[in-house]
Amino acid sequence: MITEFTPINALIGGALIGFSAVILLVVNGRIAGISGILSRIMVPAHNKEELPWEISFVIGLLLAPILYFFLTDTSANVAVSANWWVVGAAGLLVGFGAVIGGGCTSGHGVCGLTRFSKRSMAATASFMSTGAITVYFLKHVFGG
Amino acid sequence: MLRAFYGLLAGLSFGAGLTIADMINPAKVQNFLDIAGNWDPSLAFVMGGAIVVAFPFFRLAQRMGTPLACDDFRLPTKIALDNRLIIGSGLFGIGWGLGGLCPGPAISALTIATSSSFFVFAIAMAVGMILARIIMLRA
Repeated sequence: MITEFTPINALIGGALIGFSAVILLVVNGRIAGISGILSRIMVPAHNKEELPWEISFVIGLLLAPILYFFLTDTSANVAVSANWWVVGAAGLLVGFGAVIGGGCTSGHGVCGLTRFSKRSMAATASFMSTGAITVYFLKHVFGG
Repeated sequence: MLRAFYGLLAGLSFGAGLTIADMINPAKVQNFLDIAGNWDPSLAFVMGGAIVVAFPFFRLAQRMGTPLACDDFRLPTKIALDNRLIIGSGLFGIGWGLGGLCPGPAISALTIATSSSFFVFAIAMAVGMILARIIMLRA
């Protein structure tokens, strides 16, 4: 699927993501790191007082697209690989790598870069590079 | 309760942002990573927009003694660049490129999924997270 460069929608969407990170930090005192939130919900730590807001955050993530498409009377137009082996391997790598690496695009890519964290800069450089190399092989070498 | 309410608000805002920016579309994310093909720089603008909005408030938070709805700020304390950070992030990037999904969009896209692939991805991601979390908690 060819997609158009949509800078305005990207900036509006980005602003909403930034607003979300601000609420979590200023009000709840925590970093908006989605891989961390998900992994702590599935394998909770001893301290369970963070669970209620983490679960309600995930509910918000799930509800937002339905609400958006309902309110705008539009429908989702998305394309994903139909190969279960490819998406299965991709999911495993994303889940495993994000938790081992201490964050994903939200925690490192948005919150970490906003804090000028050197670890997050290194992590972002790492996943952007391997992501670009992977897509290069996927599209231009294997021609998928 | 207050924290859970704000958690919901933050989740809705994050999910709406991903939806409006079309980041729940794996093809859009892969096109961002496809520098040699039909490159779509939108994702960089999403990150940039988020950082520009968050930055002044993150600065403000540094001067607040406590957050508005709890006792303490809990921020990452590690400083050193270690192998886990780089290798973990590198593996994450390979999966991100292969599938075009990262954890936020993978969850948000479930409710509007047009293909069973979204569910396969999310289940595999959960398995990967649980495995890594067990390893990290033991270490």
